[in-house]
Amino acid sequence: MIAEIGAFAAALALALSLGQGALGVFYPQSETRAAAAAAFAQATALCSALAFALLITLFLQSDFSVAVVASHSHIDKPLLYKIAGAWANHEGSMLLWCLVSASFGAIFASVRGRQSLGLWARTIGVQGFVTAGALIYTLFLSNPFARLDPAPWIGSGLNPLLQDPAVAVHPPLLYVGYVGMSVPFSLALAALLEGKADQAWARALRPWTLVAWTSLTLGIGLGSYWAYYELGWGGWWFWDPVENASFMPWLVAAALVHSAIVTERRGSLASWTILLAIMGFGLALLGTFLVRSGVLTSVHAFAVDPQRGIAVLVMLSVALGVGFGLYAWRASKLGQPSGFAAVSRESMLVWNNFGLAVAAGVVLIGTIYPLLVDAFGGGLISVGPPFFNATVSPLLALLFVLLPLGPMLTWRKGDLRAALKKLAPAAILAVLTLIIALVATQWRAVPAIGLMLGVWLIAGGLIYIWTRLQRGAGKFSAKLALLPLAVWSMSLAHIGAGVLTLGAVAETGFRTERAVALAPGEGVAFAGRRITLLEVGSIEGPNYTATRANFRVDQSSGAAQPLSAERRYFTTSPMPTTEVGILSSIDGDLYVALGEQVRETQGAWTVRLYHNPLVHLIFIGVILMTLGGGLSLVALARKRKAAP
Amino acid sequence: MSLIALLLATTAPAALGDPRQEARAQSLDQEIRCVQCENEPIAQSTADIAVDMRALVRERIAAGDSDEEIRAFFRQRYGDFVLFRPPFDARTWALWAAPLLLGGAGLIAVLANRRRRSAAAVDFAPEEGER
Repeated sequence: MIAEIGAFAAALALALSLGQGALGVFYPQSETRAAAAAAFAQATALCSALAFALLITLFLQSDFSVAVVASHSHIDKPLLYKIAGAWANHEGSMLLWCLVSASFGAIFASVRGRQSLGLWARTIGVQGFVTAGALIYTLFLSNPFARLDPAPWIGSGLNPLLQDPAVAVHPPLLYVGYVGMSVPFSLALAALLEGKADQAWARALRPWTLVAWTSLTLGIGLGSYWAYYELGWGGWWFWDPVENASFMPWLVAAALVHSAIVTERRGSLASWTILLAIMGFGLALLGTFLVRSGVLTSVHAFAVDPQRGIAVLVMLSVALGVGFGLYAWRASKLGQPSGFAAVSRESMLVWNNFGLAVAAGVVLIGTIYPLLVDAFGGGLISVGPPFFNATVSPLLALLFVLLPLGPMLTWRKGDLRAALKKLAPAAILAVLTLIIALVATQWRAVPAIGLMLGVWLIAGGLIYIWTRLQRGAGKFSAKLALLPLAVWSMSLAHIGAGVLTLGAVAETGFRTERAVALAPGEGVAFAGRRITLLEVGSIEGPNYTATRANFRVDQSSGAAQPLSAERRYFTTSPMPTTEVGILSSIDGDLYVALGEQVRETQGAWTVRLYHNPLVHLIFIGVILMTLGGGLSLVALARKRKAAP
Repeated sequence: MSLIALLLATTAPAALGDPRQEARAQSLDQEIRCVQCENEPIAQSTADIAVDMRALVRERIAAGDSDEEIRAFFRQRYGDFVLFRPPFDARTWALWAAPLLLGGAGLIAVLANRRRRSAAAVDFAPEEGER
């Protein structure tokens, strides 16, 4: 019965969202109809929430007469994974998509602020159609409430790789990020329909781009950390199609966060901001298509179904077709841009957008190129890390060279000489880093340049805070307390990018790895330590058995630490999973993955050892960037409260 | 339990004695795709074929092949699919040129926009108090 009520709630949400769309888009000039569209948006969200809550209930009850529960859950599964199981599968995650889209519509509809009636109503309307599209797809092509007859006694269980606390937060964060891009899209289409994209419009846009960017940052970072400790490959970023699918919207969201500032503060770049908003949502949908259709092989492709892929492709075509069509038709009618000099805050933000957009384009082409070659009969090719490292990294490097200059320049016309003078200490520090790194690595230019850029970003960010503290009179501590939140948030995000760069470059450039066969009692010298295998035994988990290897790590200082690594065998899956042992220290991680038993030597096991220098900086950088995004949202909210 | 472990038993990992050669092998391992796995380089995979392919990389290095010769060797054996670094040819020139093409297009757009804007002469005086 619960499943039927759930399906009914979702169908009701569909009807309501269509009403929301029609009222908002076609009757934007009527106060009462706009208010009705807003009310419909709240109702859509309520019904979607009910449907999603009922799906979670089905998972909690282990109701195996429902197909998704049967194929993705198991009675023995711990409670957390029963709940998270609701979105750790294709059907459930699509319902989550609908819920997020509907909720964003409802939140947007609840605050009108200084937006004109037409803009507000039309945005609610477009958002309604977005939700409706997602609900149609969910209900007709991936219904999570479909029944199974006869129902099995036990479920087939969650993919063991997904049985990790991260599964509870990683997918929802990414979805908030992906679907978060739908609100800028709705705002962009509404602006085109209204023929107006002014500063008030950009003000409405900014918090949503920040929500999307911040969630994507944290979601991708968390996913990357998860892959790092779960997959046992020692790496954190693989340029996998699914990673790329989330990285492209992230790049565009980052560009949008910046271009929206220019549009809000100066009124310029409005039509570019609109174009970015359309492309950002398009890439988020394309990401969904790439993941869901199974056209690209990836560990994430848990639903390989061409029909679904085609349906997402149709949705993508409609969204982009309407978006670009409206853009081509109406963009020239948008407001007059105000001018700025070649050296100014605006022009730096234009270059920021240039770098991020080109990077997103290159990632897109690299990701879909194998499909295109195959479609035109060119056979199978692979485009992997060597391509992306060779093309995207230099683009980001150029972007990073310019980054610290941006905040130092004033709007309209900046003083380049003064900015460079203030940044001189950062530049000196960066060049020193370069020289030391070159000498220390025997002239390995790529990692040396990377480290230089990381230092340049961090020092540049700190100097910006410092110069802001120099302004005005008064005690230093008083000025520190009065420093606007916006200064902190921006600097944190930029410093975070620098910290992330240091970690990424160090890990990629200086990682050492070794595969050895060890029998209990044997040891091996690695990365300045001695690692000894003590014993290998079996342990029982809640729904798996595991082989556990205990090691002793003797540091060069003489201290000894224990470390253990496991291979887990789930009853429901033929493939064992790895639980790596990680010993973190200030210079990086010692990372140990247990392999298989060796044929030739009795009792010996293969063990893969990695030393990942400064790898924690990657995750610290992500946290700093997330904090920057979050604080920026708080700053916007405060400013709006002060001057509504 | 031990039965599963025995079924999954593998050969001891191969490594070259010379650390410089082993470093070369490890970097090639990252570029060569495991032909049986989802989307992994042989460096990461635990599949039997990946173990064999890693051993093959070391065999070729020990035999004195250059990196380029080893890539060509694998390409001949398994097709273009096996290389994560696609070769530059008639099919892939657009891929490798993509950064330049996109960058060039972006540059033209930015500069054209600048010209249009400076035609509408404006006063660039900075405003006080702007951050």
